[in-house]
Amino acid sequence: MANLSAKLFVAAGLLAAAGCAKKPPADLPPPAVGTDQGTTAPTDGTVGNAVVPGSQQDFIASVSSDTVYFDTDMYDIDAEDRATLDSQIAWLQRYPQARVTLEGHADERGTREYNLALGDRRANAAKNYLVTRGISADRISTISYGKERPKALGSDEASWAQNRRAVTVIIG
Amino acid sequence: MIRTLAFTAAMLVATPALAQLEVGAPDPAQQQGGLSVDVTDTSDNDLVIAVPRLPTPQAQPTPAGSTDTLGNQIAEVIATDLRNSGLFRPRGPNGVRAISMAEVTAPAFPEWRSSNAQALVQGFVRAGGDGNITVGCYLYDVALGSELTREGFVVQPRDWRRAAHKCADAIYARLTGESPFFDSRIAYIAESGPKGARIKRLAIMDSDGANHRFITNGQSIALTPRFSPDYKSIVYLSYLNDRPRIFIYDIASGKQRLVTESRNQTIAPRFSPDGRTILYAMSVGGNTDLYSISVNGGTPRRLTNSPGIDVAGSYSPDGRRIVFESDRSGGQQLYVMNADGSNQQRISFGGGRYATPEWSPRGDLIAFTKIAGNFRIGVMTPSGGGERLLTNSWQDEAPTWSPNGRVIQFFRTTQGRGGRSSIWQVDLTGRNERKIPTHLDGSDPTWGPLLP
Repeated sequence: MANLSAKLFVAAGLLAAAGCAKKPPADLPPPAVGTDQGTTAPTDGTVGNAVVPGSQQDFIASVSSDTVYFDTDMYDIDAEDRATLDSQIAWLQRYPQARVTLEGHADERGTREYNLALGDRRANAAKNYLVTRGISADRISTISYGKERPKALGSDEASWAQNRRAVTVIIG
Repeated sequence: MIRTLAFTAAMLVATPALAQLEVGAPDPAQQQGGLSVDVTDTSDNDLVIAVPRLPTPQAQPTPAGSTDTLGNQIAEVIATDLRNSGLFRPRGPNGVRAISMAEVTAPAFPEWRSSNAQALVQGFVRAGGDGNITVGCYLYDVALGSELTREGFVVQPRDWRRAAHKCADAIYARLTGESPFFDSRIAYIAESGPKGARIKRLAIMDSDGANHRFITNGQSIALTPRFSPDYKSIVYLSYLNDRPRIFIYDIASGKQRLVTESRNQTIAPRFSPDGRTILYAMSVGGNTDLYSISVNGGTPRRLTNSPGIDVAGSYSPDGRRIVFESDRSGGQQLYVMNADGSNQQRISFGGGRYATPEWSPRGDLIAFTKIAGNFRIGVMTPSGGGERLLTNSWQDEAPTWSPNGRVIQFFRTTQGRGGRSSIWQVDLTGRNERKIPTHLDGSDPTWGPLLP
């Protein structure tokens, strides 16, 4: 049991280290949404080895990135962000039934409540871009996690840059 | 509940009918002792105070242990409270000679003088016929050989720590002239798990970390609790069903209710001093403003409408004003306004950013997080003067005041992928800083009022 735990920690450490790169890999593994729900339709988008069109996994495989990044305390959508969001828009236009949640995040170098508001700003900045490009606001919800759910775990500028982000998640 | 009694010497031998005795004060002529402690003193001349174990007239079993054992445990809690205030150098109960019941009201002053004690705390523990215990608490000036104060507390045996805190409070109040604070509670967020997926649970404990209890099970993120003024409920932010909303949790029933239903993000809830209003912030389309609403719900009242982030409000103790942070000028700064949102005035100008303001229960100071490189805890007056920084660490944030406005708790986060958070305490001199023990990591401490 002790050996098993140790191995799990090593594996988690490797994953964490991988997440510390300047930009995440283009094809992030899908979140394990709903994989423990045997009775409902799978929402992670896999049936056997096939990717279900319109699913979260299909979204991840199709867009340039599910994440846009921000500078310290900023929430403006720059050219790189626009390219990312444009790829998301193309996918959303292909699947007009799909709905998304935009998750806003902040780095750890801010106070907790301010960062919750800042994450909301970032999620809304991304949402507003999607809406101005024709995606119905009714299809988009937002949530801020502030600094509570960092992706990169270091306390350095590279990690913080990874964590100042808005992530688009397909909710069906 | 604790009943507070004042003793006459006769009560030490007359066991029954304590409840009929009136609360009284010691002889005023004896209150003019020469001992006093200045809470603003930054020297190391801590008062030496002897705390022998509390004798019992007869060792009797209680659900919390024998009265004999309780006498030692109560003395330990009293000594620890006094030591942790940073103002006293307690000696005992270990290493200090045990006293007899007869000595409780007739101290052996010459012996205490020869041990260099300046003050002396004595008392007793007695089991009553009604299942309660009575704890006597006496404070003496050793040099003058005079009594400074005496109090008695009737508690259920399981509440023996409260009697100890009440005794320490009586000593602290008598020697400093300040209001007491030991008999109070903390709500906070207990944290566990890896940094990227921390479990954040609401928890409560006594001000010294004892009597710890988890309130939520960690399935949803819980953040930023505040006690209601009567300790009956806690308002906090819950991510229940992945929708961050403000709930009021009733501690006795274990039930919680939503304060206001909104598709918008609501954050930073606070009770008003009368417990009837919740102040909070709501983000609409990326713009965060302050609102207030009745604890019973209804229509929110918008208090600010700046294009920036207005968040982290805190009422003045009279409920007439609110301090909050806003980045309307660029970075986070502190502002004071009337409780209806009128007359908004910036009060922080010291360079860097200022966040998480908390108005002292005394009304005289505002505590805050200052962000300028490190994150540090500081205080300033409500008009922005007299800024002083009390801590210096990589990331200290979210101050909360002791009930007497003399001590601040906050949380400290360490760097790196193994970074953890813990609850710390510092007094207004900035000198007496220490970590509060918690079962898990801790953040967002919130200090409630003095218990009745």
